[in-house]
Amino acid sequence: MNLMKMKAKFRLGKSAVISIPYVWMLLFFLVPFFIVLKISFAEQALAIPPFTSLLQEEDGVIRGLSLYFGNFSFIFSDELYAATYLSSLKVALVTTLMCLLLGYPIAYAIARTDPARRNILLMLVMLPFWTSFLLRVYAWMGLLNENGLINNLLLSLGVISEPLHMFHTDFSLYLVMLYAYLPFMILPLYSHLVKMDVRLLEAAADLGAGPIKAFFAITLPLSKNGIIAGSMMVFIPAVGEFVIPELVGGTDTLMIGKVLWNEFFDNNNWPMAASVAIIMVLMLIVPIALLHRYETRELEGKGNV
Amino acid sequence: MYNGNKLSPFLKGVLIVGFLFLYIPIISLIAYSFNASKLVTVWGGFSVKWYGSLFQNDQIISAVKLSIEIALASASSAVVLGTIAGFVLARFKRYTGSTLFAGMMTAPMVMPEVITGLSMLLLFISLEQFIGVPSERGFFTIWVGHTTLCMAYVSVVVRSRLLEIDQNLEDAAMDLGARPLKIFFVITLPLVSQAIASGFLLSITLSLDDLVTTAFLSGPGSTTLPQVIFSKVRLGLNPEINALAAITVLVVGTVVLIANYLMLNAQRKREQAIAAAMREAAPVPVAG
Amino acid sequence: MVETVKQSAVSQSETPYLRISNVVKKFGDTAAVDGVDLEIRKNEIFALLGSSGCGKSTLLRMLAGMERPTSGKIILDGEDITGLAPYERPINMMFQSYALFPHMSVADNIAFGLKQDKLGKGEIDARVAEMLDLVQLRKYASRKPYQLSGGQQQRVALARSLAKRPKLLLLDEPLGALDKKLRQQTQLELVGTLEKVGVTCIMVTHDQEEAMTMATRIGIMSEGQLLQIGTPAEIYDYPNCRFTAEFIGETNVFSGPVVVDEPDRVEIESSDLGGRVWVDHGITGPKGMQVWASVRPEDVHVHVVPPAAGANTAKGVVHDIAYLGSFSIYHVKLGSGKVVKSMISANHWHENNVKAPTWGDPVYISWRPDMPVVLTR
Repeated sequence: MNLMKMKAKFRLGKSAVISIPYVWMLLFFLVPFFIVLKISFAEQALAIPPFTSLLQEEDGVIRGLSLYFGNFSFIFSDELYAATYLSSLKVALVTTLMCLLLGYPIAYAIARTDPARRNILLMLVMLPFWTSFLLRVYAWMGLLNENGLINNLLLSLGVISEPLHMFHTDFSLYLVMLYAYLPFMILPLYSHLVKMDVRLLEAAADLGAGPIKAFFAITLPLSKNGIIAGSMMVFIPAVGEFVIPELVGGTDTLMIGKVLWNEFFDNNNWPMAASVAIIMVLMLIVPIALLHRYETRELEGKGNV
Repeated sequence: MYNGNKLSPFLKGVLIVGFLFLYIPIISLIAYSFNASKLVTVWGGFSVKWYGSLFQNDQIISAVKLSIEIALASASSAVVLGTIAGFVLARFKRYTGSTLFAGMMTAPMVMPEVITGLSMLLLFISLEQFIGVPSERGFFTIWVGHTTLCMAYVSVVVRSRLLEIDQNLEDAAMDLGARPLKIFFVITLPLVSQAIASGFLLSITLSLDDLVTTAFLSGPGSTTLPQVIFSKVRLGLNPEINALAAITVLVVGTVVLIANYLMLNAQRKREQAIAAAMREAAPVPVAG
Repeated sequence: MVETVKQSAVSQSETPYLRISNVVKKFGDTAAVDGVDLEIRKNEIFALLGSSGCGKSTLLRMLAGMERPTSGKIILDGEDITGLAPYERPINMMFQSYALFPHMSVADNIAFGLKQDKLGKGEIDARVAEMLDLVQLRKYASRKPYQLSGGQQQRVALARSLAKRPKLLLLDEPLGALDKKLRQQTQLELVGTLEKVGVTCIMVTHDQEEAMTMATRIGIMSEGQLLQIGTPAEIYDYPNCRFTAEFIGETNVFSGPVVVDEPDRVEIESSDLGGRVWVDHGITGPKGMQVWASVRPEDVHVHVVPPAAGANTAKGVVHDIAYLGSFSIYHVKLGSGKVVKSMISANHWHENNVKAPTWGDPVYISWRPDMPVVLTR
């Protein structure tokens, strides 16, 4: 077999292998976004499916293209939408910060535990992640209720005289968001911290840095990639979270995931839901690119550890 | 990171608080499943009656069946596609569209599900308009959605394992006369089998648990377990759901514990063997 | 089936067994291998020696078929193998990391290549047994690689790469993964095995000691080019360029123009030395040409009293002394600031009834005129 034939054959095999998952993802992940984009320029209609066609057809001949900008102009002119997007970003941001503040020390403590016990601790972090998300959110309903466990406990201890109103408030929303997303922060942080060379800290101590100073001068900067990866893992899905605000959030809690759901399922306004999704995707492109960059770097061992 | 020292009291405290936070809700969930009272959080004595009524609830039982079927189907296809994707990501550098592919494999894991769900639904609607299939939403559409989501996770697990193993192993096999396809099945696949197994388990749980994507992709007559749970807990606390949760935690906990035990055991045996080989074969007495 | 072909280490036949002609490998714009020509005789052990990044590993991977040359030809035993895939070549390689398949036993690792050739089971078993005996690992046949020590793993890797009776065996840093003591012991053992089997062999190494101990001939590589090819002695005694002189062993190099150029001697005016280097043979080159004279430390003498004045000598002070047991290395700093190394045996001073000079003492260096090697590049 000559070189050219060899190369051609090898290329063919390689392309075949690549194309299997590639075509799947193109068809079922990427192409759908363009369809969403297309439908975001359609108008709600009493039809099946419930939106107008962009192409104006007469006797099977395409006469023209009509783009309806009403959905977007409505989103941009209606203050409630602006407030909802901002509120979603705020909830996601606060959730990310809370996860970081609680998750970092936990990840750090696990990384510093001796290897024999480390695996058990790590499994304990993973276990809730493997059990149903929905049921874990549900668990908090029983804890935060007017006559839930926390109120009952505080009442019987005499700390409070009447039940605290925690359920369906911002407090319950943030608490459950923190709870649900915490493992997503701990795991990437842990995998960074555990690889860190402890001799760096010993060297810092040897050079006269106290433990706190060494932490801020060495550990924190070196775990930058883990912080970014973990934060993006929490932030991106949190922006579009639907279940938690729906089940434990306040009735006046504005979350864009909830709005999209309502437009689609309750108002049957598919074009509007599509427009809401398009703007959300645009907001998330930068964070997703950031996550992707750090993840690739990490996997290919180019992290600055 | 570990330096042989004990954890400081602060870090110990952090771990205790962290794990209490993670586990108190789960424990309370299980505890109340044995509550005789219909008011879930008001204790009315010990009872297992909610387990009994759970097993008589046809809606839940058929939803469980459907969910398990979908989970097995999705996890199987996700493992095949995800393994190939992980292999492509780890072994093929710079081909046309490689950046796009890597991005498409990361995005489903973090993309808010309301977006993926909606977009996939609109794809199926358009496909139906133009080519007539799928004619309805149900098992098939949910399977496609779950496969897409799960294969992204499988590809990450498989890819990171592939990046760990010595690429010379594949070169050596080729040097010894094996062709690429054979190498994949005889060398590569056995070496990532553990990653594939955990990808499979992960896919099962992701699929069993998925609510939002499923809600967009399911049709009448295809209601999965999370959808039933969601419709019930939306109305408030429900003791049957507590019983269901207790069973879920028990099953998942057992599987994860066993899997973890097997993995750690294999690792320990391996380490012992390495140590034994070192002792046995030390040809020259090592000074110091 | 036992292979008993025991030929002399190097057959002296004139036709080369392996011919590499003008092979170039470019990665982007940079040439990792830049026009290499090399001829290897049957049953010879050839070492490609160079520091990391010199292109030796790329050249090896091209021989194995893992990389394709940008241009050039590789001909093995009369057959052009340049375009053959790794699995089509009668060439096997022992990897630096050994690359033993972790999920297969020792015997299965050795049998792997034979199975690809679809040999019968009986033949495979016989060949595996033969290989296990060759590397003395018969009782480890059913073990997994991780149950073996580093030295045993190396032997399994060797057995696996010899099992198919390749026309050419490639060794990539064959002992690089072993610790120093084990490495020295294994070098001769490995050569013994290779000679017993009678295989043509190219090894790649950055360890000059390993190359000189094991190889019949050595090729020095730098920046993608082969600078010099020769037996270990030729390369050490007659380096053809400064790179080789400095890479193989230690040396002192004095640069300067040729001022006297007679058939029986040349003199080089070296400002490093602060005098002339006098060499007792002629060179081909014009007067005034810039050259370098290389003098090995073992050829440099140190005196406490001035030797006869003239060329090949200079005054300095003892800058540093490294005691290495049976000998010491004196670092003598000359007036020009250049530090010259001299290797002095431990009982040299005692035998000559001279008190050994120590740090800061004024001393004189000298060497015989037949010692310097004149290098023109």
